[in-house]
Amino acid sequence: MILDPKIPPGPLPDKWEAHRKALKALDPSVAQRCRVLVVGTGLAGASAAATLAERGFQVEALCFQDSARRAHSIAAQGGINAAKNYPKDGDSIERLFQDTIKGGDFRSREANVYRLAEISNAIIDQCAAQGVPFAREYDGHLANRSFGGVKVRRTFYARGQTGQQLLLGAYQAMMRQVKAGRVRVHPRTEMLDLVVADGETRGIVVRDLVTGEIHALSGDAVVLATGGYSTVYHLSTNAKGCNVTAAYRAYRRGAHFANPCFTQIHPTCIPLAGRYQSKLTLMSESLRNDGRIWVPKQKGDTRPPSQIPEAERDYYLERRYPSYGNLAPRDIASRAAKAVCDEGRGVGPGGQGVYLDFADAVRKLGRKTIQERYGNLFDMYREITDEDAYAAPMRIYPAPHYAMGGLWVDYNLMGTIPGLFVIGEANFSDHGANRLGASALMQGLADGYFIAPLTVADYLSGRKPQRGDAAHPAFAAARREVEERTRRLLAVRGKRTVDAFHRDLGKLMWDDCGMSRSAAGLTRALAEIPRIRDAFWKDVTVLGGGEELNQALERAGRVADFLEFAELICRDALHREESCGGHFRVEHQTADGEAKRDDARFCYVAAWQFAGDGQPPVLHREPLAFDAIPLSERSYK
Amino acid sequence: MRLTLRVWRQKSAKEPGRFETYEAKDISPDLSFLELLDVVNDGLQQRGLDPIAFDHDCREGICGSCAMMINGEAHGPQPAVAACQLYLRHFKDGETLTIEPWRARAFPIIRDLIVDRSAFDRIIQAGGYVSVDTGSAPEANSVPVPKPDAEEAMDAAACIGCGACVAACPNASAMLFVAAKVSHLAKLPQGQAERKPRVLNMVEQMDREGFGNCTNHYECMAACPKSIHVKFIAQLNRDYLKACRRR
Repeated sequence: MILDPKIPPGPLPDKWEAHRKALKALDPSVAQRCRVLVVGTGLAGASAAATLAERGFQVEALCFQDSARRAHSIAAQGGINAAKNYPKDGDSIERLFQDTIKGGDFRSREANVYRLAEISNAIIDQCAAQGVPFAREYDGHLANRSFGGVKVRRTFYARGQTGQQLLLGAYQAMMRQVKAGRVRVHPRTEMLDLVVADGETRGIVVRDLVTGEIHALSGDAVVLATGGYSTVYHLSTNAKGCNVTAAYRAYRRGAHFANPCFTQIHPTCIPLAGRYQSKLTLMSESLRNDGRIWVPKQKGDTRPPSQIPEAERDYYLERRYPSYGNLAPRDIASRAAKAVCDEGRGVGPGGQGVYLDFADAVRKLGRKTIQERYGNLFDMYREITDEDAYAAPMRIYPAPHYAMGGLWVDYNLMGTIPGLFVIGEANFSDHGANRLGASALMQGLADGYFIAPLTVADYLSGRKPQRGDAAHPAFAAARREVEERTRRLLAVRGKRTVDAFHRDLGKLMWDDCGMSRSAAGLTRALAEIPRIRDAFWKDVTVLGGGEELNQALERAGRVADFLEFAELICRDALHREESCGGHFRVEHQTADGEAKRDDARFCYVAAWQFAGDGQPPVLHREPLAFDAIPLSERSYK
Repeated sequence: MRLTLRVWRQKSAKEPGRFETYEAKDISPDLSFLELLDVVNDGLQQRGLDPIAFDHDCREGICGSCAMMINGEAHGPQPAVAACQLYLRHFKDGETLTIEPWRARAFPIIRDLIVDRSAFDRIIQAGGYVSVDTGSAPEANSVPVPKPDAEEAMDAAACIGCGACVAACPNASAMLFVAAKVSHLAKLPQGQAERKPRVLNMVEQMDREGFGNCTNHYECMAACPKSIHVKFIAQLNRDYLKACRRR
């Protein structure tokens, strides 16, 4: 089946404006009879919940954390892009659009990306008005910095805590609506299934993580803002609680999952140190503005960095990509780091690291300036590694960070099940095969503040409000399934912990479906994943009961879903016989090791439809057309 | 290294709690404090014992989930870090560590080290925002903000809402948390219109939640993983007095 993204007609720059005007609004007196369920309270979820409530809807917002303010958007460090062109360096909506399309290696949807670039400026206005303490110039105007894959300064930031400040802005906007009685927040509540009846989204099944009670919630529309799935690799820069369960359960109920193999491995993270390490910590990409990345020219050079003379260092990004240098996009920078480590030139324990060196920047700008720009990151680095990055270079290595893939949505951000909207990282639409730095925050807020509230209202106009009616047998059936699954997890009573299985899966995915992928490796992974899954269901230990706060049970459910979802990622990666963005198939590369796309065969979105347990999923294609920017080989040289 | 842990175990708010003692042997000093709890929990589960419940998420010191007293200090002995960023190299081999939940009337215990901090959300609901509907904002640069004001607003806005200030305070006061939000918005032109009702309503809600008063111990600043300064409490007091006088 060819999927129809319902892109409005007309010239690219006019599409959104015309479409926006054509979307039907709901009178607040009608809207207040409609209940919208928003799952997840990160940038996308909180901004959507607040805005929907402002327009009169009754919103139920859920998060698994103890407070909506803790969603993982909070950890985004570097910034948020917008085409304001304040520095007058030639930026424009056109240019942000072009950079994003090219950065995504021509695997995103032109109309969506153009809309994103268009909306970017209104996001900055909104956040500044909320009191987000953005960095300022001495004249009081907003400051900008540059980021990877881009030659203009368009990134707005609040020290190294941009995500935190934007999220608190959205959270506070939502809290205002709680006070007004239009949003009810359900913290410590996890969505475990989607309720679909008569081909439409009707609600969700949730578990109260304190009491363990499983119950159904009915809504006139469901908005999934549940983030990405990088924790499928076990170790990642994501929070421990990040998971794919809500999106995967929606997939099992009929929502198509698009481009699951498009995962982003971030180049600048603190390298792995030991077996019990529980996460990898990101060092903001903004560090690449002033830091220079290098490894020794000689293999196995164990001298301390200060004793390696300039002539014996390989600044490999500057050498290979003279035009962008250390600011090459993430996929390219990560792959280049892996390449030099694979050659035996990596540094630090196990040779899994490269240097990010600030010596030149400190000499040129002074320690004080560097401290002002990155002080909190240097402090964090010292806490974790016990090393002083002012004195010796940081050691960094790539780590799983972001999922470009996600549930398939049309131009209105609605999935393949009517009434199911998917926003933020949880959908697939804007970043193609590689996301540019500082674009995740932009997309989450564009979806949540400016797109979903309009398209949800349009969907609900002319429909009869359900008024919380959960009487349809589909609700009871879905609830029973969730209860049965919970019972099964508790009944295994095996010997291995949930984390042990998660580690096994993560290692397999990192080795065979990480920074480089091959048909042989993916085939091996596809054989191995069911074995880990079987072992899990035979030997996992989940103590305690279902009717209490039980963190092992929460994790078990999430890992059980990853053990199914991982197969979908590998299947997608195996089917996509080309290299593009973060998806690098070793069989498809240019003579100098760059990703080689196959536009003749793969210029499409791969959307997978669940076909039942044990059945291969069905592939649907959404062809991608590039009218504004002709398909070209991406070059950062 | 080897550590002995005395950990507060409490199955639910209704049941009494007690300390249990666990030994952690052959552990790497490069582990974070929460990874130490992961290792202990692995061992407990293999012995068929319930793991220690504790809140945690980002593990990089920004989400504010993790919350525990370590040897009587909120987030442990290292200044300016949350428990997730505390590394075992700061402890001595063979040391005994006492781990407890936040203790405050306004933060009831849910299980083991997990407490209910929803009082903080209710304080923000009382006025910790700027009322601006989506789409009604002026062009961002039309309201310049002097750089020193923006920097000071950011110093206050850095609060992660973990509750360490409350746990560290002998009065279980939430003044530093409230002060951080009041000051963040008071420092910016965008926060001026609602400045008075904001401070009155947030302080009223803080009192209603059962937090104690501030008696200038400054334990909150010492415990704060983001080093939020007590000068913001002075700002809160000034703003509160001004708002009361002109009510």
